[in-house]
Amino acid sequence: MALWDPRIEEMPKADLQKMQYKLLKSLVYRLYSFSPFYHDRMKEQNVHPDDIRELADVKKLPFMFKRDLRDNYPDRIFTATQDELVRYHVSSGTTGKPTVVGYTQKDLDLWTTSLARGLTSIGLGRGDVIQVSYGYGLFTGGLGMHYGAERIGATVLPTSVGNTERQIELMQDLGATAIACTPSYLLHMGEVAEKMGVSIRNDTRLRTGILGAEPWTDKMRVRIEDWLGIKAYDIYGTSELSGPMFTECCEQKGFHVWSDLALVEIIDPKTEEPLEPGEDGEVTITILQKEALPMIRYRIGDIAAMDDAVCACGRTNPRIHRIQGRVDDMLIIRGINVFPSQVEHALMAIPEVGQHFQIVVERKGALDDMLVRVELKKESFSDKITDLMKIRQNVEHRLRNSLNVNADVELVEPGSLPRFEGKSKKVIDKRSL
Amino acid sequence: MDAKKYLIKQISIFSENRPGRLAAIAHTLGEEKVNILAFSIAEANGFGVVRALVDHPQKAHDTLQALGFNIAFTDVIAVKMKDQPGGLYEVAKILGDSGINIEYSYAYSGKDGAVLILRVDQVEDAIKKIQQSGATLIERSVFH
Repeated sequence: MALWDPRIEEMPKADLQKMQYKLLKSLVYRLYSFSPFYHDRMKEQNVHPDDIRELADVKKLPFMFKRDLRDNYPDRIFTATQDELVRYHVSSGTTGKPTVVGYTQKDLDLWTTSLARGLTSIGLGRGDVIQVSYGYGLFTGGLGMHYGAERIGATVLPTSVGNTERQIELMQDLGATAIACTPSYLLHMGEVAEKMGVSIRNDTRLRTGILGAEPWTDKMRVRIEDWLGIKAYDIYGTSELSGPMFTECCEQKGFHVWSDLALVEIIDPKTEEPLEPGEDGEVTITILQKEALPMIRYRIGDIAAMDDAVCACGRTNPRIHRIQGRVDDMLIIRGINVFPSQVEHALMAIPEVGQHFQIVVERKGALDDMLVRVELKKESFSDKITDLMKIRQNVEHRLRNSLNVNADVELVEPGSLPRFEGKSKKVIDKRSL
Repeated sequence: MDAKKYLIKQISIFSENRPGRLAAIAHTLGEEKVNILAFSIAEANGFGVVRALVDHPQKAHDTLQALGFNIAFTDVIAVKMKDQPGGLYEVAKILGDSGINIEYSYAYSGKDGAVLILRVDQVEDAIKKIQQSGATLIERSVFH
């Protein structure tokens, strides 16, 4: 099977590590010299670029967290000036503030290269029609996949999200051979197609799904592949890393993380010590060549294990196995990250309701459905149904604005929601994947 | 004219839309020996408002509130209707002709005749117009 970048993809392990060491060393020197944020962090940790003498010394470096981006909103830790930037993407933060990622032209090129390698590794290329049904806009999914697909010479069908019936018509009429979307959206499409009398297996040319932006399981893979007659591949990334970055190869055994772009560590989230390949821990990534917003030892919060063995496909770059869960309480609703703290934050600004809440997530049909239950305050109770409806609409509107995803709201009686119980009681996730 | 004597204290209770809520309210009122004279439920996908005329509104209010219910008083008026075909029409026509806007309404028909309970926007104005039109308002003292 074809390789996009054979030199990197098949480079012997020892050489990959040498290359990573060089990239890490120059990254750390650059940040120590030019990033006040990272300079201070290193000082606090009492580490100097000269202390990085081998690749394993990466563990001497301080971690970065999502809160670092939030606390430095919008661009205070960027290491490129605005005139060097060619794009922004914005994602929701853990509270009211979003996080902003900036890109130089080189950042976009490397992101695109990463996807070009991945898409090539699952057998896509010139002659394919790739339907991109991730959202285009501030979310990284749509535009990221778009440029990756164009780079390999495929024809892009940029349908973005929504209007499912039209998506299915276009898939048929323009002969889409691959689709990039969330796994739940693909299942939804399959259901809608059947209602329209269209069998994706028999009536379309679709053979490949590049699915991600939300957790899914091998059980779901089997269901999708058997039902729709396609091969389904996992794709991984977050906006802080650029966007969707790494895909599985034809072997479907974890996604390859390109060693010239990223250095992966799997750490024990409690002791912060590195774990052995095969052991589940927190995915921690250093993006080695990023110019505008370098991320060093970024604690993504996802739990997975690494596989450092040479893949059956011949690629030497290490793989990360399917994401097993989160170290925090982040939820993914229709591909959008939602933190319960965001809900709390939004409710604080609404005087008619209390601050206790409960989130109930279900999968209705193929799609996620989020319900937020909030207590109506005593003094806000009105005998008029229309007043109560207005309160509920206002809460729905505010939640939508801050979460970027629709939530139904249920007003409940004051004092009826559980109190003093941990995060687990705040979220009832009934989805079984 | 003393409009106040026609203002009847209705209790309004916020209720989640789940089984057992009405039973909980009714049980409490029964235990407290509060008699329900008329009542209705307004429902809005997910929650409802239980509205009731009772013989001891203050006692009902305090008891339910102590149990954690979200409860409020609302002033309503009651108009006598003939308990026969066309009775509602007679009253409804008066209200319509007088330009009285009804927010909500419910009715009961008992041994002393039929009664239409109304929640209106401009209550004092409505009382005046109803009286001028010849319809009979029932005084609060009849209920509690």
